This record gives sequence, C-alpha cells and structure tokens, in this order.
Amino acid sequence: MDAFSKAVGRALYADDLRLPGMLYGKILRSPHPHARILSLDTRQAESLPGVRAVVTGRGLPVPYGILPVSQDETALAMEKVRYVGEPVAAVAADTEETAGRALQLIRAEYDPLPPVLSLEEAIRGKGEPVHAKGNLHKAVSLKFGDANPPEEPEYTREDAFFYEGNTHLPLEEHSALALWKKGRLVLYSSTQTPFHLRKILAKVFGLPEDAVRVIAPKVGGGFGGKLDPFAHDLCASKLARDAGRPVKITLTREEVFYCHRGRHPAWMNIRTSWKKTGELLEMRFRSCLDGGAYGSFGVVCTYYQGGLQPTTYRIPSYTVESARYFTNKPPCGPKRGHGTPQPRFALEAHLDKVAEELGLGPVELRLKNLAPPDSTTVNRLRVTSSGLRECVEKAAEASGFRDKFRKLPYGRGIGFALGSYLCGAAVPIYWNEDPHSRVRIRLDAKGGITVFSGATDIGQGSDTVVVWAVAEILGVPPEKIRLVAADTDRTPFDLGTYSSRVTYMAGNAAREAAENLLEKVYRRTGGRRMPFEKAARIAVEKEGALESWGSYKPPLKPANFKGSGVGPSPAYSFCACAAQVQCDPRTGRVRVERITFAHDIGRAIHRPSVEGQIEGAVHMALGEAFLEEQTFHPSGLHRGPGILDYKFLSSLEMPEVKLILIESKDPGGPFGAKEVGQGPLLPVIPAVANAIYDALGIRMDKTPFTPENILLALERKSCGRIPRVGPEGFPDIPFPEPTHIPASLPGETVPC
Amino acid sequence: MTKFLLDLKVNGRRRRLRTRPHKTLLEILREDLGLTGTKHGCELGECGACTVLLNGKSVYSCLVLAPQARGGEVLTIEGVPPEHPLIRAFVATGAVQCGYCTPGMILAAKAFLDRNPTQERTSWDREALEAVSGNLCRCTGYAKILEAVRVAAGKKSRRR
Ligand code: FES
Ligand code: FES
Repeated sequence: MDAFSKAVGRALYADDLRLPGMLYGKILRSPHPHARILSLDTRQAESLPGVRAVVTGRGLPVPYGILPVSQDETALAMEKVRYVGEPVAAVAADTEETAGRALQLIRAEYDPLPPVLSLEEAIRGKGEPVHAKGNLHKAVSLKFGDANPPEEPEYTREDAFFYEGNTHLPLEEHSALALWKKGRLVLYSSTQTPFHLRKILAKVFGLPEDAVRVIAPKVGGGFGGKLDPFAHDLCASKLARDAGRPVKITLTREEVFYCHRGRHPAWMNIRTSWKKTGELLEMRFRSCLDGGAYGSFGVVCTYYQGGLQPTTYRIPSYTVESARYFTNKPPCGPKRGHGTPQPRFALEAHLDKVAEELGLGPVELRLKNLAPPDSTTVNRLRVTSSGLRECVEKAAEASGFRDKFRKLPYGRGIGFALGSYLCGAAVPIYWNEDPHSRVRIRLDAKGGITVFSGATDIGQGSDTVVVWAVAEILGVPPEKIRLVAADTDRTPFDLGTYSSRVTYMAGNAAREAAENLLEKVYRRTGGRRMPFEKAARIAVEKEGALESWGSYKPPLKPANFKGSGVGPSPAYSFCACAAQVQCDPRTGRVRVERITFAHDIGRAIHRPSVEGQIEGAVHMALGEAFLEEQTFHPSGLHRGPGILDYKFLSSLEMPEVKLILIESKDPGGPFGAKEVGQGPLLPVIPAVANAIYDALGIRMDKTPFTPENILLALERKSCGRIPRVGPEGFPDIPFPEPTHIPASLPGETVPC
Repeated sequence: MTKFLLDLKVNGRRRRLRTRPHKTLLEILREDLGLTGTKHGCELGECGACTVLLNGKSVYSCLVLAPQARGGEVLTIEGVPPEHPLIRAFVATGAVQCGYCTPGMILAAKAFLDRNPTQERTSWDREALEAVSGNLCRCTGYAKILEAVRVAAGKKSRRR
C-alpha cells in the first residue's frame, strides 16, 4: 500500500516531523530499582539558558493505565521510583544538547529501598512491597467443564517450565511531538492505539476527548510495544503547553528497553491425565508471571495464561490458576501473542513428553485430541472455521516428520507443535456498545475515492487489507483509492492495532462501507449495467459527493463469568510447525535447518503480506527461542539495553521457512480471512525445544535455549542426572478457591 | 564548540554548511539537510537503519563524524531514483513491512549490486545476505528482502 513511499524514504515517521519553533524534550530516569524520592530540585536546570520548561511528577499527577482496572501509573514517578529507568522529570530546550545538560543539573535525592527483583522475592514478600497493596497484582482461579475427569485416568504427568522475559524491539524508537492550538492538544505519536491515547491524554489533562487530537504517522514496528500510553506522550504534551511551543521527545534505544511492556517471564506448571490410548481427560495449568513495576495489560495477560489451550485441544476437565506479581523492573505487557506464547511453549513441550511415555507419535497424540471446528470449547470460546487438522497433516507431511522423528542421527532432530490465536478480542478494553471498527468512504465530485479508517498500520499491512477490501467490492484498482488512517480527528473510531484484530474487524468494516457505497451509486444509476467508476461519475454528477459507512462489531461472547472477557474472538487462526535442527554437542550451538509452517489463514487476501507476516513471526520466535532475554543484574540494572547485547537473528542466521497456507474460509471474516500477525509465533518455540530433545535427548524446559543451557543439560545427562534445564515444581501462591464453570450453564445458549 | 565548514556532495548536489565537528553524518543529513529518509534505530552502529553510501561504500551514518565526510560523496535514499530496480523489487515482493529498515537495506543492497552484478554463482544468495547482515529487520524475517535483491539483480524469483 504505502510500500513505495517507505522504500523511497518519503514516508514520515514521528521523529521525521519537525515544526517551526519546535523544542527538544528529554526525560530524566531513575538510577534506582526501588527508592523513595526525597527531593527533586530543578531550579538550576530551569535557569540554564535555552531551557523552556521543566516538569516533575507533581505537574502530571493524574494516574492512568491502558486497562481501566490498572490505573496505577503516573507520567513521572511521584513518591517512589519502582524500576531503573522510570521517568522522574522532563525538560524541553532549544536543542537536544541543552536538554541533556539540563537533565544533569536536576538534583534528585533518593532513599533506596531493598528491591524486589525476582518472582521468588516478590512471593516471599520481605521488605517494602512494590505497591502499597502488596506484590501480588492479580490471582485467577477457574475450573471449567467436568468437576472430575470423565473416566479414571490411566496416566498422569506433571512438568514445570520457565519462559524468560523479552522485549519487542521495534526498529523505530518511540517518538512523540506535541503542540497546542487554541486550547486543543495535538499529538503525533508512534502509537498503535491513537484512540486510546486520546482517552488517556484527555483524562490526564482534564480535557474533553474532542479537545485532543492524536495522529499516528507511519509506525516503524510495534508488536505490542507501542500500545500503552507512555511518559514521553504525556511529558511532550505538558512541556509543550508550559513552553507554549511544540515539543518533540524521541527516545534513545536504551530508553525503549525501559518502556518495555514486553513478554512476561513466566514460571509454569502443567499436569495432565490421560487414557493409555492417548485421550486427554484432564488438565491443570498453573502460571506465575513476573509483571514488573506496573499493571499495563497484565490482568489480561494473567487470564490469557489459560485462555487458548482449549482452542487446539479438547479438554473435558480443565483447571487454570494464574497470578501476576509486581517486581522492581520495567513493566511487562503485551508482546506479539500476548499471554499465550508462554503457556503454548509449556503445553506443547509437555505433550511431547506425554507422547513419548505413552508410546505414541507426537503428531498422532495431537490428532487424537484436536478441538473440532464449529464447536464451543470447555472455557466457552466459540470456534468457527478450523483448518487445524489440515495444518497438522500438511506440516507433518511436508517436513517428512514421521520419517525423521527419532530416526535422524545423533545431533540432528525434528520437533512438532501447534498454535492458535484470536482474530481480535470480542470484548474491548473499555466496555461500550459501539462498533470496534468503523470505516467511511467518500466519493468526491470528481469521482475520487477516499477511505477513512482509524486503524493504525504498524507494518503488518492493515492498510493493504482495508484498501484491498474496498477495491475488491467496488471493482476498481487499489491504486485509485486514497487512504486516510489513524488520525482521531479525521478518521472514524477504531480500537487500535492489537490482538490481531485489524484484518478481521477493520477489514469487515471496510467491506461493509464499500457495499453500501456500491448500493448508493447503483441506486442512482438505476442498476448495475456499467462498471463502478463510470457509474460513480454519473452518480456524483447528479448530486455531488457521496459518502458511505461501514462498521464491525463482533458477535457477543458465549458465556458470562469473571474472566470470560479474555479469549473470546469472532474466529481463531490455527497453525502447525515442524522444526528441524542440527546441534553441536561440543559447543551447545543449535542451527535451525528448516521450519515447516502450515497456517490456517481463512483466506489469504494479499499473499505477500501473509507470507511476510508468518516469516516475520517465525523470525521473532526463533529470537525468543535462542537469543532474546530481558534480564537484570542483582542491582536492578538491565543486563544490556542495546542491540549489541540484546541480540536477535540477522539475515545470515535466519533458516529456510517452508510455508503452507490453508484456507478454511471463515464465514465471518472479510472474504473469509483470519489473522496472521501473531499466531505464527506460538508453535515455533516448543517445536524447536522438542527438536532439540530429538537431537540430543535433553529437555530445554526454560527459554532461551542458549549454548550454556544446552551444555548444562548435556552434562547432567552424562552424569546420570535428569537431562534437562528448567525449574522444579511451582511456588506456593495463595490462589483463591477456583470458580467452577460447569460444562453447560443453565439458560446458556451454546452456539453451533 | 567551534563550528567548521563542511563541504560535501549529497545525492549529486554540492552542499556547504557550518556545523560542529562532533555531529554525525546522520544528524547532518536528517537535521541540517532535512533528509529524513535516512532512519535511526540506535545511533550506536548496531542496527543499520542509518546506512548510506559514502563514496560508494555502505556506512552507518551514525558512526561517521562530520569531518570524516568532508569532500565525500554521499548517497541517501532520496538520491536513489524511484524507478530503480531495487525500489521496484522491494515494493513488488513485499519486502517492505513497517519500512523502517528499508532505506538502509536498499542502500546496503545497492552497494552489493553495484560491485556484484549478476554473475551466476552458487554463493550469490549467501553473499547478498551477508551484504545486508549489518542491517537488522524486525518485521520480515529477511526472506522477502533476499527475494527483492534477487529480483532487482534480474534473477529468477524463487517463489511461484
Ligand atoms: S542508527 Fe546507525 S546503526 Fe543504528
Ligand atoms: S520492515 Fe520493519 S524493520 Fe524491516
């Protein structure tokens, strides 16, 4: 869509913007992981020539948060700092250099407190908790389906896993540019959710929402890292108001690591019971998340720990217990796959062990327990189309899985895993009755077509989907359509770019708007005898410009219980992955030879985008599997807030990805399409872990699978100990009594 | 700090400006000359988003200090003609997602193609991947980028 303008360097990202009289903002950050702020003296900074405004916590005291239940942040720390890198003050000056010098002149006095830096410490709860209410942020306990397994189990297995935290690392560093015009705030920001950001800005500045305009220019990657409202958005706005001039704040790469909101570290425990023949009877899944200093999307993430296991497998009796703790580290939040990659890793690696002990093939065990299409899962999710079985068969076949599994020479191996994801959450962050996406199309007096969509394209191709949908319905080439996107003043409401909702929701809204326009135009020309463009010219000649609207609102969720808002989606995507690896037992290095990936995409609207999304997700997944970890020194310092230390795969390390697209044609999706942006990340990581076991006979029950960990497991194996790396058991967490949601609720209408 | 006179050629046009010697070429391009097509993802020589050609060689502009560019010839993405085969190929193959790595990627690829036209050899793909290995992309998984470089070099597409 906009690939050309990006390729020639004309596309503008937030930091590319510049306004007359613009000042440069910078943020002072905490050097302590946990400390009381005794004093902040900004007088010297204020008197430095060239400094135009300085703000501290008191200047922006209104708490906010992306979730209504977690309004626990302020733009700048107030009484306490809770992680190294937390913003405490901000300045705006004529030049970046002056702003930097001013930061050094701010005298900050702290009284350091013992930091809480791990899950163990957070649970033990010695010393001052991170937040006054204690370190436990959220604990969820739910039991679904039969109270007891339908039959006496013949085999039971329990395993523990740990998933290390990691971050999005979008290539573009966040940037925000604010200005005030006649009492109205205008903010350009590299955000995935301009409409949410507008809501938060209005709240913090005490303005009506229509006095705030948020514009998302081109966004250089997000992956969930640009969903939350951030300190730089609020500080730029405040400084611009105080200085009476536009202010831009662009983060450094290091600061982006402190913004974080990335993958939660998760300690997990899974226990399943089976019939000897491989039928799953019961599952208990427990998870404990290291949330970092603030709530962010954490509550949703906590629910997601148990949310999507049942969309791939039938589970008659299912118990989920998950908890999130606060620690003195940058806040975790939503990263590609939200709270589902960690449990997916645990589940799929666990299934590999179960299959081995039951003497069944990993593919066979999975096929026996697949959740069927057009069904309702035990946790009340409505599965519509599902090409899962086909994904499994095709991926197994194309990778030669059955011929290779347990048959490759020592050091080489193959592993298998499945995945599933939402096509947009059915329940919005802020509950209201309005549609989740709206699209407007304007046909101007010259017959030009402009589409207005609130969806933000962060590189995943949503603009393409929206324009393509309109072009397809109207029968005009996509090049003839102009798109105005992601501007809260000019475009209709859209919830934003998260939970893989854009294709499905904005795509559907665009389709409806185009259908309405088509009808309007042909009504004026008395029938469909001529091509649209000709008809359009006649129609506008008769009565000037025409306009049409379309919207999308997902069907209501199937059940109503606390927590039932997380997981429902109008449709689910499915995928299966086979990973083939070659390991060097002397160095512990693993080379991925090939990834075979089958994805049920519903329908591939724009094939190169779909392939690119999957290849990109595989790339990110391999980074999480082998390299990426956001970890901290005992002092609370980030171990390497830069791209040299935080490594991900370069062009030379990326293996061949063989793609198989399965088109299950979802009845509710635009033209049958489903999501592709996030789901493909999920199965890659466990598939690799399972492949390493096939190659070397060691279990990587902890990410990332570094050479050190592989050598450690090999050493354990050679001295007769359990050949694995990973946690033991599960911490003692005060979970509430589980709420039981039985197989069918009285008065519930189960669809399908 | 004292300023000095920087004289260089950018995209074929002679530019003379007074600037401070500790400024980087990246800053000169983006701030002094308004050529924002050159991006930045670290300003520490780690990501490649700021790649430009200096005297035909691909360099991280964030690591080049202004005096080092003196008298040099710089090519940025704005100086690559829109109908250049690399631009066309990047757009056509889907090698552009968020697009933030794209300008740097195209220039690194251009340096490669300029010195390695199209001779058939088995290591060509590997060399092309090596040529862009200092340019990180967080979106595409690189498959489509290699595809684009191949297409631009007039090689057969390996897909369908
Ligand atoms: S900005 Fe120059 S290498 Fe990252
Ligand atoms: S396209 Fe986004 S970083 Fe390469």
